[in-house]
This record gives sequence, structure tokens and C-alpha cells, in this order.
Amino acid sequence: MTRVGILTGVEYDALMLSLKVAICSAVTSLPIAVAVAVVLARHSFPGKSLVDGLVHLPLILPPVVTGYILLLTLGQRGVIGEWLDRVLGIVIAFRWTGAAVASAVMGFPLMVQAIRLSIEGVDRRLEEASSTLGANRAMVFLTVTLPLILPGILAGLILSFARGLGEFGATITFVSNIPGETQTIPLAIYSFTQSPTGDVPALRLTVISVVLSLAALMLSNRLSLVLKRRLQGRTA
Amino acid sequence: MILDVDITCRLGAFTVDAQFTGAGGVTALFGHSGAGKSSLVNMIGGLLRPDRGHITLDGRALFDSKHHIHLPPNRRRISYVFQDARLFPHLSVRNNLLYGRWFTPAGERWAQFAPIVELLGIGDLLQRRPSTLSGGEKQRVAIGRALLASPRLLLMDEPLASLDADRKAEILPYIERLRDELKLPIVYVSHALDEVIRLAGTLVLLESGRVVAAGPVADVMRRLDVRRLTGQDHPRTVIDTRIEDHDTRFGLTRLTFDGGVLQVPYLALPVGTAVRVAIRDRDIGLAVTRPQGVSLINILPGTVVDIADTADESEAHADVLVQIGRWQLVARISRLSAHDLDLAPGKPVFALFKAMALDAESLGRAPGPETMAAL
Repeated sequence: MTRVGILTGVEYDALMLSLKVAICSAVTSLPIAVAVAVVLARHSFPGKSLVDGLVHLPLILPPVVTGYILLLTLGQRGVIGEWLDRVLGIVIAFRWTGAAVASAVMGFPLMVQAIRLSIEGVDRRLEEASSTLGANRAMVFLTVTLPLILPGILAGLILSFARGLGEFGATITFVSNIPGETQTIPLAIYSFTQSPTGDVPALRLTVISVVLSLAALMLSNRLSLVLKRRLQGRTA
Repeated sequence: MILDVDITCRLGAFTVDAQFTGAGGVTALFGHSGAGKSSLVNMIGGLLRPDRGHITLDGRALFDSKHHIHLPPNRRRISYVFQDARLFPHLSVRNNLLYGRWFTPAGERWAQFAPIVELLGIGDLLQRRPSTLSGGEKQRVAIGRALLASPRLLLMDEPLASLDADRKAEILPYIERLRDELKLPIVYVSHALDEVIRLAGTLVLLESGRVVAAGPVADVMRRLDVRRLTGQDHPRTVIDTRIEDHDTRFGLTRLTFDGGVLQVPYLALPVGTAVRVAIRDRDIGLAVTRPQGVSLINILPGTVVDIADTADESEAHADVLVQIGRWQLVARISRLSAHDLDLAPGKPVFALFKAMALDAESLGRAPGPETMAAL
């Protein structure tokens, strides 16, 4: 069996896949989350509570249900999945990209919530000041709003990343448990626990999970401290 | 610069319905809190959209309900100094100052960085973060930031209201320099009459969302019918004078105006400087013949224009409006004296006031001759 350091090939694959899935899902869902957070924080329109509810649905639904809905819509015979396959030649079901989509959907409400809170905390009078100095709406957002909500964006990224690392139910339902393709750390741990000889590898992956999550959390705290200090005028 | 405002705007149960024209220098919007001053200035700046009417600056429509024009703030070229500085916390002082400059077309940048920084005395603050500045420093940086956007008009919404007396005294001379050295037209919102008298050429009085009086400061200040607004603390009238000479032997300065000569405590300003004198009503006495053997050295002949007798038996005073040259002063005397002297419109009188009553608080540099000429 191939080994990478202390890890077996399967464990190493699971670790790298988990990182890839969690990072890709957090980064690609970020712009959409910012847009949705701006709309929810700043605009009122008919059906807003419905949109708000839909965004938060993955938080309350059993993850298996979310995964099954993804399978129904984005699977190869799903409404959108079929179209993606036929027109664009894109297949995400049973691929690592599907795992990323599942983890993005599961992390989305957390990300939107964190960003929305920071947008609601922005002093709109600063945006008014910016517009009287000649900035149009896009420039106001880029030069004032965005820098001020950076701590919230960071928090959202980390929350979504951590959620992606831990995602299990929606992933296994939507893209199954294929070693090297969709088998992330939680799925690998699950597989090992089903095997009589899996105790040690499961424990190794468990330790890695704990270390990764803790590191992400500490990095996030550190960065947000730096950002807050910069806003308050001290150097970190 | 001609700013023409004629707007109506309903804000809940409150309606702002205002018409006025500002021409160069400082146009002060004065009134009690809740009079609609800030709403009005927000409409000029484009932060609030009126329901009806028009706002034009030098003939260019900023808002016109008939033609569906409502320029967003960023296209008005009007800078705004807010009461609460509103500096960007994520930018250094330097980048705050340069912020508006980025958005100003190169051909329209009249404000240069170095002279403005010099003018406001903020050269030592450039590397600092806004949160480390004192209130007065913040407000000076906010003024610099507004200027460096090279505005056609500067709006100042109670820029001194959140500062203590020392900080106010620190900022006021800088605002005078904008007026006199940069010749920048300013709309200045205030509920402090001292600032208005010191800075403004034109005074617009607001009450409950309506303009109750507008015109040159001296003209509005002498109007007895709006004294309920201009008479706070100690009612006073305003005369613009020029330093004629100094009497070093007795520590006096002689000021001339077209109604005569005023002698006031020594002013450390060069001969020829324009000085605005604000005289409290209660410091003026009246005589029907030229008094002899009194200590009062300011005795100016004039004519009674109007008397506001309260006719309220419990009130002791009567306000008498007296014409002296081109200027009019209000003397607050006892109703008994007004009765005994048989004062009536058209009667010649002498206005008397003590030189020592004209303390530093009532004397300030008047808007420069250019500014006054533009009015």
C-alpha cells in the first residue's frame, strides 16, 4: 500500500480531497453570498422572507434531504443536471465538483449570515460621505463597504470552509462515497468505522480533522483581530 | 456662484417648504433644532430627494421635479462636511484626504494637496488613523477631504456642534480662510448665532421647515418680527465696519462705517481690516438731545424707524429700531423711557453705547470686501 508520511494513500487522498472541496466551495460561493447578503441586508422586496427562508433551509433540513434534493435537480437525470450535461457537457454528480457543490450549499447560510451581520453593522453615513465625494454606487461599495465588512467576509469564509470539511450527509447522498473522487475525510472515517481493521486510520483522520478545524478557527480569530485593530487605528 | 433653492418635501408629519437664494460667501441656514436645516442641506447635497421644486447651482439643475432631474450626490460636485466628521476608519488621514480627488476629473481639480494641508495645519497627521485624532483634528481633516474633491460648493452641517469651546475656536479661523482665501461658496448650517454672525454674508432663517427671513446678515438681524429666532441669549444687531486708526494712548481702535465712527477696545488688526461688530440691544441707550458730560464715547445721531412695544403690562422693555446711516440698530430700553421721551417713528435720537460693552466676543473679522461685493 502506498504511504505518504504517516498516512496511507486512501487517507492522504481523503485529506487532499477534503481541503480541495472545502476551499473551492467556500471561495466560489463567496461572491454569491456577498450579493445575497447585500440584498437581504439592504433591500426590501416582495418575497424577501421566502428568499431568506430558502437561503437558510440547508441549516434546518436534514442534510440527507438537502443531498437528495441536489441529486434530483443537479443529478444527471435531474432538471438542471440533465441540461448542464447536454448543453455544456458538465457533470457534477458523483464527482468531486458535486461534493464541492454540496458543501457550498450546506455552508451558504452560515456565510450569508456572517456577511449580512457585518453589512448591517456598516455605518451608512460613511457611504453617504463617500458619495458626496464623487464615488458612484459601485465605487462606494468597493472602497468603503467592502473594506468595512472584511472581518465578516473572513468569518463567513472560515465558517463555510469548516462546514465543508465536516460535510457528510448531503455529500454521501448526492455524490456517494467514491475513494479518490468524492470520499472526503468524514466519509473516509465512516468507511473505516465500518471495517474491522479501520480503527487506527479512523483515529488518524479524526486527529487531522480536529487539528484542521482548530487551525482554521485560530487563523480566523487572529486575522479578524488584525483587521479590527487596523480599523481602530492601532497596528497589530 | 448662485444657488437657487425652491423645494417642498414632506417628511412624515413635517414639511420642508423653502425658497432662498445664496450668492457667494457664506450662506448660513439658521434655526432651532428640528427647523429643517439639515433636511434642506441634505436636499442640496443630493442625499434627500425633495417632492417638488428645483435646486440650481450656477444655472445647472441639480434637482428639477418638472423635468425629472435628480442628480445623485456623486454628480453634483458639492462637498459635505458633516457634524460627525465621518472619516473613513479603514484609511489613513492621507488617503482620506485624497479620497474625493480620485473621483474628480483631472481638468476640474482646483484644490492642490500641499496648500490645503498647509491651510488646515494637518501636515503632521497624514500617517495617522482617524480613530487616533482629536475631535478638532478630525473636523479639520474632514474639511480638507471635502476641499480636495474640488467642489463648486461646500456644505457644512453644524461642523462645530460636537466640539467644545476651545476646539470651536480652533476651527473657526480655518473656515474664515476658506471663505476669504479660497473664495469658496459655503452653505453653513448652524443653531449657534455667534458662528453665523462671524461667518455669514447671507442669513436664511428657518422655522418649522419654512424660510421666515433671508438676506444680508445685518438686514435679518435687525428685523424685530423675527427676534423670536435671532434673539436667543442676547439679541443683537450687526454693523460691518473698517478699521480707521488705532489710538494707542488710550488703547482704542476707531472703526468707520457710513453712519459714523465707533470707538472700541484695541483690536490687534491692521488699519483697513473689515470688522463686523455685533452690538447687544441692551447695551444701547437712547437720548433725544446730545448728552453732555457722560462717559459714553459712542454717540451716534439717528432716526427712530419703528418701536416694538409689547403692550404687555408685565414686560418692562421696548425694542426701538434706529436708523444710523445705512445701518439699523435695535435699542432695548425701558417702556417707561420710550413713553417719557415720546419716541415715535421719524423722531431724531442719539444712540449711545459704551466702548467697553463691545468686548472681543462682539467683534470679529467681517467677510472680506470681495465676498461682500458678491452679495
